[in-house]
Amino acid sequence: MIGLVVNPVAGVGGPAGLAGSDGAAVQARAAEHGSVPRAGGRAVQALAIIARAHPGVRILTAAGAMGAAAVAEAGLEPVVVFTPVGDPTSPEDTAAAVAAVAAAGATLVLVAGGDGTLRDAVRGLTPPPGRPAVLGIPAGVKMYSPVFAVSPVAAGSLAADWLGPDPVPTAEREVLDVDEAALRRARVEPVLYGTLRVPQRLGRTQARKAPTPATEEAAVASAARAAVAVMRPGVRYLLGPGGTTARIAAELGVAKTPLGVDVVLDGAVIAAAADERRLLDEVAAGPAQAVVTVIGGQGFLLGRGNQQLSARVIRAMGSDPLLVVAPEQKLVDLAGRPLLVDTGDAELDAALAGHVRVITGAAATAFYAVSAPETTPV
Amino acid sequence: MSLPVAPKPSPRRFQQASWDEPIVFELSTPGERGVLVTPVEPVVREAVGDVVAALPEGMRRTTPPALPEIAQMRVLKHYLRLSQENLGSDLNVDIGQGTCTIKYSPKINDQLIEVPQLRALHPAQDPADTQGALEAIWRLERLMAEISGMDAVSLASPGGSAGIWTNIAMIRAYHASRGEAEQRDEVITTIFSHPSNAAAAKVAGYKVITIYPDADGYPDLAALQAALSERTAAIMVTNPEDTGIYNPAIKEWVDAAHAVGALASYDQANAAGILGITRARDAGFDVCQFNLHKTFSAPHGSGGPGAAANAVSAALAPFLPGPRVERVDGRFVVREPGELSIGHVAPAHGVILHVVRAYAWIMALGAEGMLEASRIAVLNNNYLLKKVLEIPGASAPYATGRRRIEQVRYSWQELFEETGISSEEIGIRMADYGFHYWTSHHPYVVPQPFTLEPTECYSKAEIDEYVAALAQVAQEARENPELVRTAPHNQTVHHTHHDDLDDPERWAITWRAYRRKYFGEAPDGPARSALPDAEAALAEPVAVGA
Repeated sequence: MIGLVVNPVAGVGGPAGLAGSDGAAVQARAAEHGSVPRAGGRAVQALAIIARAHPGVRILTAAGAMGAAAVAEAGLEPVVVFTPVGDPTSPEDTAAAVAAVAAAGATLVLVAGGDGTLRDAVRGLTPPPGRPAVLGIPAGVKMYSPVFAVSPVAAGSLAADWLGPDPVPTAEREVLDVDEAALRRARVEPVLYGTLRVPQRLGRTQARKAPTPATEEAAVASAARAAVAVMRPGVRYLLGPGGTTARIAAELGVAKTPLGVDVVLDGAVIAAAADERRLLDEVAAGPAQAVVTVIGGQGFLLGRGNQQLSARVIRAMGSDPLLVVAPEQKLVDLAGRPLLVDTGDAELDAALAGHVRVITGAAATAFYAVSAPETTPV
Repeated sequence: MSLPVAPKPSPRRFQQASWDEPIVFELSTPGERGVLVTPVEPVVREAVGDVVAALPEGMRRTTPPALPEIAQMRVLKHYLRLSQENLGSDLNVDIGQGTCTIKYSPKINDQLIEVPQLRALHPAQDPADTQGALEAIWRLERLMAEISGMDAVSLASPGGSAGIWTNIAMIRAYHASRGEAEQRDEVITTIFSHPSNAAAAKVAGYKVITIYPDADGYPDLAALQAALSERTAAIMVTNPEDTGIYNPAIKEWVDAAHAVGALASYDQANAAGILGITRARDAGFDVCQFNLHKTFSAPHGSGGPGAAANAVSAALAPFLPGPRVERVDGRFVVREPGELSIGHVAPAHGVILHVVRAYAWIMALGAEGMLEASRIAVLNNNYLLKKVLEIPGASAPYATGRRRIEQVRYSWQELFEETGISSEEIGIRMADYGFHYWTSHHPYVVPQPFTLEPTECYSKAEIDEYVAALAQVAQEARENPELVRTAPHNQTVHHTHHDDLDDPERWAITWRAYRRKYFGEAPDGPARSALPDAEAALAEPVAVGA
């Protein structure tokens, strides 16, 4: 079954020019500016597509504006499994509603909102396995996380496929969110809050001539194995966060903290969730390299979700500090935009800019452009 | 008063045949025969003796092959029915198969290859008896050398990807001959080159580096320069790429490769728009291949046999596959592969029927005709580009606003965002109007892609007809998306489930594999009827399965 959770206040800060909608105070200011909630309407757009393909299907959801109203408006049957206590609703309501929908047996949860909403959704879900797939219906102001469909209609289309006879492949994608207060001071520092399993839409016919694996899961595994193949004894590898680096840890047979930077030496973790200070100590102890992947939809290698890998840490690793690993699709999804590094140290960013070798699979790499955000507006 | 001949609507009201025909094995009735062979006459039997006993033991069957047993008339119906459930290039406006270049294959060329002198040709025949066929090979090699500007040509590769394999095999042999096989272990390609380049290089043992487009949508020269090193064996690129974009810096690409001692390999699968306009030699390439079944109008054969012409510089000539045809004192002789040659890449001389077709096509057109064909292919593409971009929701990403050569990879992303209808669903709906529309563009670099290539063969009227159907489907996606989502409605079959094709445990490409995997039958199949022993076969009419 499919679940739906709507954050009724998502997106209200956008039209008011508030760079986000987090927090009751901002939401009140947005209301003063005359902003009207739009997440419910966007959820209806997605649900209408599901209704077209699967008339009368039941949707697990939360009461009222958190989902049931939208489900009913789209002509589908809401099954209410959560009722929020307050009005307006809170981030806790989002987390609890997603948890309730998952517990009721949803295999795919549609979440209408922005980065903040998806961050609450991550909080509401138990760790894998057994956690449902999640797909964002874009309705927020900030949407740095690559967990959103390109449009509400596209989300509905994917969800309709999910209810169809053919299995829909999924891929782990990061949930990032920026500190809105910092954003209003013109600083973009997204933090990684976790990963979600997101449905992917691929073509029906995979080209049999292509050397690329058929599923993203296989592609990530191939890239991870290729990375492990180039790792050398005696070198400290600073494994950054991300689905691909988690797979590298799995290939190495070591545990990986989901959001931290873990140091691996000769196949064993010697520091888990290390902070900048600890990383500096480790780098000082011998040759080291940071293993990073593409974080989020903007293409950041450094400075988003892995700020522990600071300018000082990167500098301390010498002339070849990065081992970049990502499946081909992550580069393809950038649609020609460069990879980005933002260490906060303009001189270092400039030195890292140019082209970087990206391990994309077995015996496969790409040389891909890297820029510092100063030259590439995000 | 209504006219007796009503005008036809556009798009046309197409309805595909649907015979619901069983698989040929399911039609089998034990003992049913297509042809009853007359018994051997006693005088022949006496003269020849026991033929089966004359066969080497390893070639003698102990059980008959598990072939279907069907009467001749039923077999004929079976295949005619299947042929009606098809959209071949002789039936539909086949411009939806971009990058695969479906040209018209002139029927006169099919008649030429039907002559008994060619049909009955055997690879082991004495060259004294096959001078005509050898001359066709020799002459087509010279023509391909002229078209590419290269020094020597082989026509042995039995397909496009096979030709790319021949390219990398020669490159590997070249570096090995110079003692650099170990050192040079990387091959560089671009994301919009045919993926067969990356695949062939990998199969040849190379590490593959992929270059993505720059901000302008062209292959990123700076990224190439960063990737090139003394480890580079070759660059292997398609140009124009599968987007139809011609790399304007192709000479710089080749020069950069040469500067580090690497070779430059040119996949000319997309050459239909550049014949007589650019040559591989003029850009400095060391090796290239044309696909006779694309650019030179030989039929594709649905995965084979195709044919490629591999053309090389003088330095690479010793590495060409064999056997080679040479002209000595006006006669054509066959030479086995030399010491440096990569050897045989196909039985005998390759796909001789395609060689004859391509030779006939070139000779019919001449140099001026081929140039005109290329120009019309580009003109048709420019016209098609303009017409497609007039359809709301369609776009042509990368190098936006620039002209392409002979094809364009378009995108329905805007339509998808608006309607939730994917390119794949549009393609299936196009089949309802009798049009083929390709859905395989892996990797999905262009979102919601479709690739159209009109070639020089199609008239304005036919291009207009195709575009009208595309526009109709795009309109349906907006106004009646369920109609598109549930398509096809006028086709032989509705939706098929393809996940069986992705799972090695479940895929079955033969009937025997199907019976084995799904019914647990033994690998050799159930025993059918016992093979009649030699004595009985001699005494009674021998039954031959259809």
